[in-house]
Amino acid sequence: MTEATNSPRGQEAGSSPVPSASNGAAPFVEMRGISKRFGGVRALTDVNFTILAGEIHCLAGENGCGKSTLIKILSGVHVPNEGEIILEGKSYSHLSPAASQRFGVQIIYQDLSLFPNLSVAENIAFRHQVETPFRLTRQQAMRKQAEAVMERLKISLPLDELVGSLPIATRQLVAICRALSAQARLVVMDEPTASLTHQEVDALLATIHGLKSHGIATVFVSHRLDEVMTIAERVTVLRDGSNVGTYRVRDIDRRRLGELITGQVFESSLKAPFLTEATPALEVRGLTRQGQYAGVDLVVRPGEVLGITGRLGSGRTELALSLFGMNPPDAGEIRVNDKVVRLRNNREAIRHGIAYVSEDRLSLGLVMPQSIADNTVVSVLDRLTGALGLIDAVRRNQTIDHWIFQELRVKTSTADRPVQQLSGGNQQRVVLAKWLATEPRVLILDSPTVGVDIGAKAGIYQVIDALAARGLAIILISDEVEEVLHESHRILVMLSGRIAATYDPHRVNEQELLEAIHA
Amino acid sequence: MRKQVRLVFRHDGQLALIIAAMAIIFSIVSPAFRSTGNLVSLLENYSVMAIMAAGLLVVLISGGIDISFAAIAAVTQYVVALILINAGGNWLVAFALAAAFGGLLGVVNALLIYYLRALSVIVTISTMTCYFALLMFVTEGKSLFNLPDWFTDDLTFWSIPFPVLVAAIVLIITAFILSRLSIGRQVYGLGGNPEAAKRMGSNVLGLQCFVYGYSGLMAGIAGLVQAHRVEEVVPNALIGRELDVLAAVVLGGASLTGGIGSVSGTILGIVLLAILQNGLTLLGVSSYAFGFVTGVVILLSVSATAYTAKRQARSSARHAV
Ligand SMILES: Nc1ncnc2c1ncn2[C@@H]1O[C@H](COP(=O)(O)OP(=O)(O)OP(=O)(O)O)[C@@H](O)[C@H]1O
Ligand SMILES: [Mg+2]
Repeated sequence: MTEATNSPRGQEAGSSPVPSASNGAAPFVEMRGISKRFGGVRALTDVNFTILAGEIHCLAGENGCGKSTLIKILSGVHVPNEGEIILEGKSYSHLSPAASQRFGVQIIYQDLSLFPNLSVAENIAFRHQVETPFRLTRQQAMRKQAEAVMERLKISLPLDELVGSLPIATRQLVAICRALSAQARLVVMDEPTASLTHQEVDALLATIHGLKSHGIATVFVSHRLDEVMTIAERVTVLRDGSNVGTYRVRDIDRRRLGELITGQVFESSLKAPFLTEATPALEVRGLTRQGQYAGVDLVVRPGEVLGITGRLGSGRTELALSLFGMNPPDAGEIRVNDKVVRLRNNREAIRHGIAYVSEDRLSLGLVMPQSIADNTVVSVLDRLTGALGLIDAVRRNQTIDHWIFQELRVKTSTADRPVQQLSGGNQQRVVLAKWLATEPRVLILDSPTVGVDIGAKAGIYQVIDALAARGLAIILISDEVEEVLHESHRILVMLSGRIAATYDPHRVNEQELLEAIHA
Repeated sequence: MRKQVRLVFRHDGQLALIIAAMAIIFSIVSPAFRSTGNLVSLLENYSVMAIMAAGLLVVLISGGIDISFAAIAAVTQYVVALILINAGGNWLVAFALAAAFGGLLGVVNALLIYYLRALSVIVTISTMTCYFALLMFVTEGKSLFNLPDWFTDDLTFWSIPFPVLVAAIVLIITAFILSRLSIGRQVYGLGGNPEAAKRMGSNVLGLQCFVYGYSGLMAGIAGLVQAHRVEEVVPNALIGRELDVLAAVVLGGASLTGGIGSVSGTILGIVLLAILQNGLTLLGVSSYAFGFVTGVVILLSVSATAYTAKRQARSSARHAV
């Protein structure tokens, strides 16, 4: 089904119009008629976006529809080509980062924008260095402030640790703390939950309600529609850089929101049971690594999708890294195609046909300034190299065309653009393309759809289905219960380093799975 | 901060060990090496280099590089000496002039880098060539010998030679700015993630003017101290010192990609190079061999840094959950 409200102008009188001051609150900021071009790419066309004081407002849309660009215009990082920004009754053609912060706008950027070489405490308090360049830094005050925010979020961060040495989820918390430690009137969160666990997400959502009670507005970007439906009061939907409309969340449901975002309807169903008894592509017996996981047995056969779910710290990622040779186990054996193998590093794993798409892909998977094409073929260069040691250009282009455009439908006109110009979600698809191009026998996907919009999620699921149908064995690690339920033939639940239970997706529901994870 | 301090300590600790080992070996094989006279003149010889290194360190931390500081030092030295010879003056005037003129030339670098959006290597190589060519053209390579007596007279304070004292003060000030002053922390931020610094509202042009201006200012002072030491101004005396200074700072743990570096490390880097150079000279090894050794040492230290970074990236990947 295609939405009727495709034109940017149409919906102002459309199905559920929202007057700009629906609940009597005054607008905190109004962005009017914003257009932004990057060279030939139109990122935004005549977009209107109004945020009321103290409201919780979600910004939704597919990967590359312009959400982050709109946010960066509000924060003064980008200068719009057209349009105005109205703050405190004055109209501005653009803002600077400093001005935007003076108005009380704090941003949690999608790429986090942290300083890897500075400590957690310094990252959180960096704005004070900017405000008073010739003052002494005050370590104690800095720490106090950081501790106060951590208290509010009910988390604890290693304040003296360098941010660059922290895992991605912790970095995300640092970025959140930095934004919340300011005297903000509006906090904008560009996919803040992408790599957080359920508890952390819950704490964050509670904090957003806390902000609201202090009259602080929140703009929230997320591809997890249930989060949007729980937290938001209003939602603005963008499609291809134009407004679809702004809606009161209580007037729509999750299905409808999905339709508004994609212009299509998505159905999800369970997989047909997996019955073949082929030789396992990967078999693990009694795998143990001290302090991480113990006594893990698992089997994946060609064509099977094995779902693994569990909390942060349940050992799922450590196990996956061991299967990819990056975290050697202390005991137990790994068999590939019925042969015992020792995986001492990831090159050996790759040689045995194992591929691993990590959760931390944004910082590990891609060379940002290089083109989409180069990033895609980097792992298969030897296969594309012809007789004289030259790259076979035809096969190179076929590979790129196949994975980037046909299978993963990356939103770009040409594969020659640098990866850093893509939107966050499209970068993720390039990482997937890069690994799929190696045509592995066993594919380990660690949270492959984090930060990917629902349309693209469906796309990635299709790819997973197609790969499985072609005989690939797939291990799907995810903490989205709905995802493992619909995408796996079998589900393992990990609890503090052990496989606690195995489920058949046809005999379990979301609620039971959630309870098993948090048992 | 504490973790950062710990990392610095680890690197500094390794350097200190190497230095101690080399000092012991040299004092065994060459008795001249361990004479107090030799050690004092060693300190004095390398104080000019230390002053320039302080400036370069700040630029490296900010994520840039400055190749032009030796040329700036040479030009400043000549200009200030001319003024002092013709108009007279005292040490205060001399320092003020050198700082202002050197700082100004540094700010020119910053403006060119910012407005041309060019790489700092390219810009500073160009300005180095321009400044030096201009200096040689205008002076026809002639040296100035008739410096005022108050300027060339040996000075000691509490029996510390003047150049050593200036270097010590300059290094302490630099350490203070980098670790305790907000602008110093912003310089680290700029080097660590320039886009994030911009987004946090840092004034990038201002910061660049500060770091390149600081490097120029240090170069100016270094030029002045050098002229005082050798009691003459030779236009091309300082040329070619860039790489030694760069080697010392990089040896001291500063990263060529920005965001990392410390004054303590820089001091150790200089001491290491000084001992190496002095020891080899006393053993009668030619100065070309020394150039070779310097090059190898830079390569080793850069690859050691790269190796550590790679290991760190891998271990943080392992922690990623
Ligand atoms: N610096 C840039 N240079 C060129 N094009 C850019 C740049 N930044 C964004 N774009 C393009 O602008 C469009 C909008 O990107 P944006 O990052 O705003 O998307 P998004 O809605 O945030 O997507 P996602 O959900 O994937 O994060 C995309 O087509 C993107 O490729
Ligand atoms: Mg985005």
